[in-house]
Amino acid sequence: MSGYLLEGKDLTKEFPAGKNKTVHAVSKVSLGLVEGETLGLVGESGCGKSTLGRMMIRALKPTSGEVFFRSRPLTAMSGKEFAAVRRSFQMIFQDPYASLDPRMTVRDLIAEPLETHHICSGKKEITERVLELMDAVGVPGDFLYRYPHQFSGGQRQRIGIARAVAQDPEVIVCDEPVSALDVSVQNQILNLLSDLKRKRTLTYLFISHDLSVVRHISDRVCVMFLGKICESGPTGEVWAAPAHPYTSFLLRAVPKADPKERTDASLLLTGEIPSPIDPPTGCRFHTRCPFAVKQCAEEEPPLRTRGERTVACHFPLDRNGT
Amino acid sequence: MPDNDPFRKKENVSGQAGDRLPEPDGFRSIVKRLAGENKLAVFSFAVILLFVLAAVLAPVLTPYTEKQMDLRHRLSPPSPEHLFGTDEGGRDILTRMLFGSRVSLLIGVVPSLVSMLLGAALGIVSGYAGGKTDTVIMRLADLMLAFPSMLLAMVIMYTLGGGLMNIFLTLSLVNWAGVARVVRSETLRIIKTEYVEAARITGVPGFRIMLRHILPNCVPTMLVLFTLNIPSSILTESSLSFLGLGIQPPDASWGLMVNTGRQFLYSAPWLSLIPSAAIMAIVLAFNFLGDGLADVLDPYRKNQ
Repeated sequence: MSGYLLEGKDLTKEFPAGKNKTVHAVSKVSLGLVEGETLGLVGESGCGKSTLGRMMIRALKPTSGEVFFRSRPLTAMSGKEFAAVRRSFQMIFQDPYASLDPRMTVRDLIAEPLETHHICSGKKEITERVLELMDAVGVPGDFLYRYPHQFSGGQRQRIGIARAVAQDPEVIVCDEPVSALDVSVQNQILNLLSDLKRKRTLTYLFISHDLSVVRHISDRVCVMFLGKICESGPTGEVWAAPAHPYTSFLLRAVPKADPKERTDASLLLTGEIPSPIDPPTGCRFHTRCPFAVKQCAEEEPPLRTRGERTVACHFPLDRNGT
Repeated sequence: MPDNDPFRKKENVSGQAGDRLPEPDGFRSIVKRLAGENKLAVFSFAVILLFVLAAVLAPVLTPYTEKQMDLRHRLSPPSPEHLFGTDEGGRDILTRMLFGSRVSLLIGVVPSLVSMLLGAALGIVSGYAGGKTDTVIMRLADLMLAFPSMLLAMVIMYTLGGGLMNIFLTLSLVNWAGVARVVRSETLRIIKTEYVEAARITGVPGFRIMLRHILPNCVPTMLVLFTLNIPSSILTESSLSFLGLGIQPPDASWGLMVNTGRQFLYSAPWLSLIPSAAIMAIVLAFNFLGDGLADVLDPYRKNQ
């Protein structure tokens, strides 16, 4: 199983959507996380990023496909077996207002994973650990018995992070952890995440639609479009020379501060994302791809590997962008 | 908030942490906040306390007993000897009020509490488990709700006979279904929140999620239901007593007194008006107290 800490194979998730219809949220996606890396997962809203992230840590049952953790099949484990490895997985949520129980104090919120996994016992000991964790994420210990609504968004997210690292997990799925925050706070939270990763040897699956955030934090990046991965590779390389047309359009769509550098509007993507209920045949991007030919509509491009990079396109772009 | 707001100053002082660790919110601070924020709730609490004291101290407070008849002084109006007058059997109304408050208070609180606990437990389990468990519990609740509650109460009382314990049982059985329904719908809402998902991903067992996440978030709803249940229980008891199914004369209960007094409404209005006023007072007091408690226990409103 090729050195991955956590590996998803051919993961598919379909949701029923009314009469005889299914939403193909994620279709036959394989994804591997190397120990200690940050893998960025980018894509438009509704492309299945969050669904994929949740399946990876068995927070959501895949319709088909398997997940392996240290080469052990996570999806096939019984409830008891999974309980034994559950401690290794955690998640940080997008909305720090909804992901903390409004009726619990900060102490109880952070103590919950400690108690659940019997990491320490006794009120005093737990409180001490909670204070350590609060210190580690930069929330003053004075606020031990405050409620979530008394904090700002950034501080709440810090509490969410303290909860996530409390049980010393190995893999943390960060589901758009900074999307709901002010730009000034985003940076602090990203730095905190990098900091914790170094100190605690964590592996992140970092889900985001914000490319600049992903570039900042990820070692490798996976680009998703409509329930499929279209490209993956080391962040720097993908940024320098996107191989899939979709990636290149995504990168060009990032707003730039300097008006002279702005992309010609004709080079930006138009049209809407196709419906996941009835995805296009062949390459799912062909309806919007300016380079599409007949083959793209008929034949689904396989994921081809070139060194560290993979791309699912019949006619990948070369360095000059053709 | 203006600067001269008296509550604000207090909050700021207590907010100081200093070198010592902050203390968790205890019972005391809840009472303190209640006192600071909601005078009406405190007043209501005092009224309830007064009624409770009166009920406990009934034999000490009056020279008569509640069953002692005095046929020479039937239906006498309020006088120094009989502060609230006497009823058709010459019994002292004040005494009967005092003893009756024991029954009425118990009937208000005990069945409401029992049906609240039963309804909340079943509602949460039903909403959390879903599937067959949900169907069974909810159909059972539908069954209870489909019966006219008065009829159901009468059937149970006829079968079991009158008496305090049976009234408790009856009222609990009649009321749990409504509570279960409301709590279930709350549970369904709470289950979908991210904080429950976060707890699940953390690996918190289902039972603990119900106890620590769902139940506390149902409490405000339950408090309101509880305070609404108390008056309806007192009133149902009075109706049952009127039909001869509840408390049996010569025992006293407020409901019974209102109903027996009705025949003399024009000639001796104090017979039913005084217990009516008492029922109204206690019902209002419980409602206001419940309102105040719901406000204070709501973390969103705290320290605003």
